Amino acid sequence: MNTILSLVLKRLAFGLVTIIVISVLIFIGVEALPGDLTEAILGQSALPETIAAFRKELKLDLPPHIRYFAWLGDIMRGNLGNSLANGRPIADLVGWRFANTLFLASSAAVIAVPFAIMLGILAALYRNSLFDRAISIATLSTISFPEFFVAYILVALLSVKLVVFPSISNINDGMAFWEKIHAIVLPCLTLTLVVVAHMMRQTRAAIINILASAFIEMAHLKGIKRLRVIVVHAFPNALSPVINVVALNLAYLVVGVVIVEVVFVYPGLGQLLVDSVSKRDLPVVQASCLIFAVIYIGLNLLADVLSIISNPRMRNPR
Amino acid sequence: MAVFKLLRQSPWSARCGIAIVLLNIAAAILAPVVAPYGETEIVGDVWVSMSGDHLLGTDHLGRDLFTRLLYGARNTIAIAFITTMLSFVVGTVCGFFAATLKGWVDQLLSRMVDILMAFPTLIFALMALSVVGTSIGALILVIALLDSTRVYRLSRAVAMDIAVMEYVEAARLRGEKTWWLMRQEILPNAMPPLVAEFGLRFCFVFLFIAALSFLGLGIQPPMADWGGMVRENSGAITFGIFIPLWPAGAIAFLTVGVNLIVDWFLHVASGLKD
Repeated sequence: MNTILSLVLKRLAFGLVTIIVISVLIFIGVEALPGDLTEAILGQSALPETIAAFRKELKLDLPPHIRYFAWLGDIMRGNLGNSLANGRPIADLVGWRFANTLFLASSAAVIAVPFAIMLGILAALYRNSLFDRAISIATLSTISFPEFFVAYILVALLSVKLVVFPSISNINDGMAFWEKIHAIVLPCLTLTLVVVAHMMRQTRAAIINILASAFIEMAHLKGIKRLRVIVVHAFPNALSPVINVVALNLAYLVVGVVIVEVVFVYPGLGQLLVDSVSKRDLPVVQASCLIFAVIYIGLNLLADVLSIISNPRMRNPR
Repeated sequence: MAVFKLLRQSPWSARCGIAIVLLNIAAAILAPVVAPYGETEIVGDVWVSMSGDHLLGTDHLGRDLFTRLLYGARNTIAIAFITTMLSFVVGTVCGFFAATLKGWVDQLLSRMVDILMAFPTLIFALMALSVVGTSIGALILVIALLDSTRVYRLSRAVAMDIAVMEYVEAARLRGEKTWWLMRQEILPNAMPPLVAEFGLRFCFVFLFIAALSFLGLGIQPPMADWGGMVRENSGAITFGIFIPLWPAGAIAFLTVGVNLIVDWFLHVASGLKD
């Protein structure tokens, strides 16, 4: 048990270090900007006195390491600062958009995960059959397609040719749950298609890997029924790679959501991030990058920890 | 000659892939010769449908879409290719250094790569581009740096296996320098996996640049590039005009082509026969 605990703790520590380094990188990124924020806000023609006063107000006159800890402390307390573009508190801008992004990503995950694992297991069981080949070709091409290609094909088919779903997924709080679902069908479907391909291929590979190991052959040789071999012998061992695959793809989903949100003009965090990058609204970029990074690293961490815990060899050390 | 023999034995999927890639390269090189109009020349009305004058119609400003697609091939493929090359130079040199020198060099580089890889690439690129601005040079540098982490991982792993071979040991004992070891002993033996990886990385970089351009943060107009063309014309689709599907399809087409070749190459390199 102790080995598991120390492994898990090691992973958690590494995750924490990563998040800290990332936060430093995000902070330095803005520091490295030619000129500084004052110039970006006040313009180049501002008077020296105004700039000095403004620098004091933004605490830009303090040394960087002090400002870093002040910034980090503010974020911990939920104070993300103000947007440069419109002066509104970033927490107000980010909060509801983040909820929307989670809504979209989790709806896609709810459909994609069971579907992909099922397909992956079937493809592994009937490998090299016609079914396996067909799925393999279909997923290979979906992986090669950029997200927006899949998205626009879906729009062309389901929104323009057959007018069933809206091509712009604008949702707001006034809408009922089913109205929201109807509005996000197309972005959700796009994300599902993109993620299922990855997840299914990796699940298939993981299970084939297990099926090729000696203890499975042994089980077959003992005359155990095929179904029992898969459920009792193969599945517990495949669980760890499969969990890993699922979590990694959920992390991918969080990032893939950026492009899909832009295609469907969905009011989410990804859309806000892209807008802020083109407006060079750096505090908003910092905040949204940090949120995406923490979620991504968190999910990767979860993948590692779960796969350590679910591995039968790790659980029962000799 | 060996290449021709290999080509004769290649499966139809790989031949399709080669044909697709050659077609794209031809389009990229011959763009100024083949294209009926200039890259940014406005030749007609907005979103004209296909006709003899405009093979694929016109875009949102009335520029010939076929011409833009050809020039787009040129810009998008060239930038993706340069980025991948740069990422390979950085990645393999660092990876080989880590594998031959080991010790603290390896530790330092590997931990840095671990941390960079723990961060979503797209988010990192967005942040970096918001700081350094969206010039083509910045785009190439940022993406090459991010992508070289993947190349580093692979080249380090491959070089680790080679660095313990007797012939490397022998070269080391006769006093060859690290650089010589990397170039003369390790590189030739690490080529097959690196070539396959090059195809995969190219696809990734190509899709990545297309995605950034689609977000309006990659290659900037009026330069033609496929991701940007999808973005510019995306409004058309709600009117039932499927113009954005052409550049988007072109991106998918080339990526599928490269993937088909890589699949075959991996199959040959792994020595599997079926």
